Amino acid sequence: MDWVYDLFPKLHAAIEGWLRSILPPSIESAGVYIVMGVLSAFLLINVPLILVMVLIYMERRLLGRFQHRLGPNRVGWQGTLQVIADGIKLLTKEDIIPANVDRWVYNLAPVLFAIPVLLVFAVVPFGEEIYLTDLNIGILYIVALTATSTIFVFMAGWASNNKYSLIGAMRSVAQLISYEVPLVLSIVGVVLVVGSLSMREIVDKQSIPFILLQPLGFLVFIVAVSAELNRSPFDLLEAESELVTGYHIEYSGMKFGMFYLVEYIAGLAYSAVITTLFLGGWKGPILPQYVWFVAKVLLVFAVLIWIRATLPRVRIDQIMGFAWKFLFPLALINIFITALEVLLWPEGFPAWLVVVNLGVALGLLVVMQVLFRFPGATRHVVPQALVGRG
Amino acid sequence: MELGASIAFWILAATSVMSALAVILLRDVFRAALFLVLTFLAVAGLFVTLRADFLAAVQVLIYAGAIAILIIFAIMLTRNVQSGNPSNRLLGAVSFLSAILLAAIVYVALNTHWPQAKEAPLEATTGPLADFIFNKYVLPFELASVLLLAAIVGAIVLVKEK
Repeated sequence: MDWVYDLFPKLHAAIEGWLRSILPPSIESAGVYIVMGVLSAFLLINVPLILVMVLIYMERRLLGRFQHRLGPNRVGWQGTLQVIADGIKLLTKEDIIPANVDRWVYNLAPVLFAIPVLLVFAVVPFGEEIYLTDLNIGILYIVALTATSTIFVFMAGWASNNKYSLIGAMRSVAQLISYEVPLVLSIVGVVLVVGSLSMREIVDKQSIPFILLQPLGFLVFIVAVSAELNRSPFDLLEAESELVTGYHIEYSGMKFGMFYLVEYIAGLAYSAVITTLFLGGWKGPILPQYVWFVAKVLLVFAVLIWIRATLPRVRIDQIMGFAWKFLFPLALINIFITALEVLLWPEGFPAWLVVVNLGVALGLLVVMQVLFRFPGATRHVVPQALVGRG
Repeated sequence: MELGASIAFWILAATSVMSALAVILLRDVFRAALFLVLTFLAVAGLFVTLRADFLAAVQVLIYAGAIAILIIFAIMLTRNVQSGNPSNRLLGAVSFLSAILLAAIVYVALNTHWPQAKEAPLEATTGPLADFIFNKYVLPFELASVLLLAAIVGAIVLVKEK
């Protein structure tokens, strides 16, 4: 059973050896380089896509559970083939391009939208030996890539020549810029502890998962992530009741499918980042590393679904206030505390710090909860019908 | 790898120059802004070929991620966007000035002795950069941040409703 554990490095070595045996020596190194590169790129794009199918199925079934209904359960065993059926349906649909759209921008937006999200997987370590590259700016590279996706949302919203898609795009940009700040600042805590931006090193240094050492950073990060992913309670840019579907309202067929797909690929990418930063990445007993990694990613995504199913949508000014007045101060305090701890214990943290950090996080959350009010919200809502008027 | 690096350099250089030209020549302001983003990305690519990976990521994050969005926001708040980029009476004078500037830059670039670096480029640039910013040049860095803070406070004061 040993082959299960180092399956991917062994496969890599086997394919490389076979290539070296069949290629003439004059083009051997270049040929191996190109073929292995194309193969890794193919895998890096398609493995996430397969995982995305799992995620979509998981989300629809789990949402069904949360909402006391069944969810898709007809196509295939327990509805497992529903995603494929939907994909075929989208592919065969008529591709409508409305009049007066900016054709080039309109058609390019869904294609370009996919690029930054797929590029994220280049630095994600699926296991100790399973990664495409270990950039020493790893996490910064991911932040930089995901920051560009706003532009493509805006391209779609503007080019559609539709007021609802434009409003959706405006909201999305305002929201994404605001949540970018706590998102990046909450990563800084992890980076301070590790002393490196490299994704592999971040996992290597996690003898205790950082969710325990950095509980505050984790909470801020996961909230900011669900805002970046435009998921409820932050899905204002596609609020069905106000904007129909927001920036991709004019898209149909597979172009709509691309937007739908990319949202889930982004969900997968962020779940992988959370796993790497806070849950110890590939680390775990007995099972092979890649199994642990995928299991943790699915768990994180399940939590995101849970958040989505539980909380109602909030108003745009409340969302902005929440980012700047609640998450931003918490992220700053987290950086300050972490820097202090790193200065006090440069050799490594004692285990009791976990308890202290959890306590500090909880205390700060309570304090902030008292200080922060949603704009326009009353603290204790008493239904007027129940108030006795004498 | 030398060949690969020079191919990458020429593709990126051509992209950045062409898209920079598109920024000023296109009449559609929104498309011009998109080409500006492409220019930023190509410049980030040039940083990568120079082994300045931290700078490249920051270039993408700040220029393509934040500044481009601000520019697009400014476009949305512009009146008469549909009529496009208007032509300008100062076209002749500005072309003359830009031609002089271009000539000066080309002259300086051609007549400078560019020394070849003796040492190999650094593997990780993040640490040394931080050392420079927070130790040697901490005063200019702090001054810049105070200036930015003052600008932000000023902006808030200007737009705050009475």
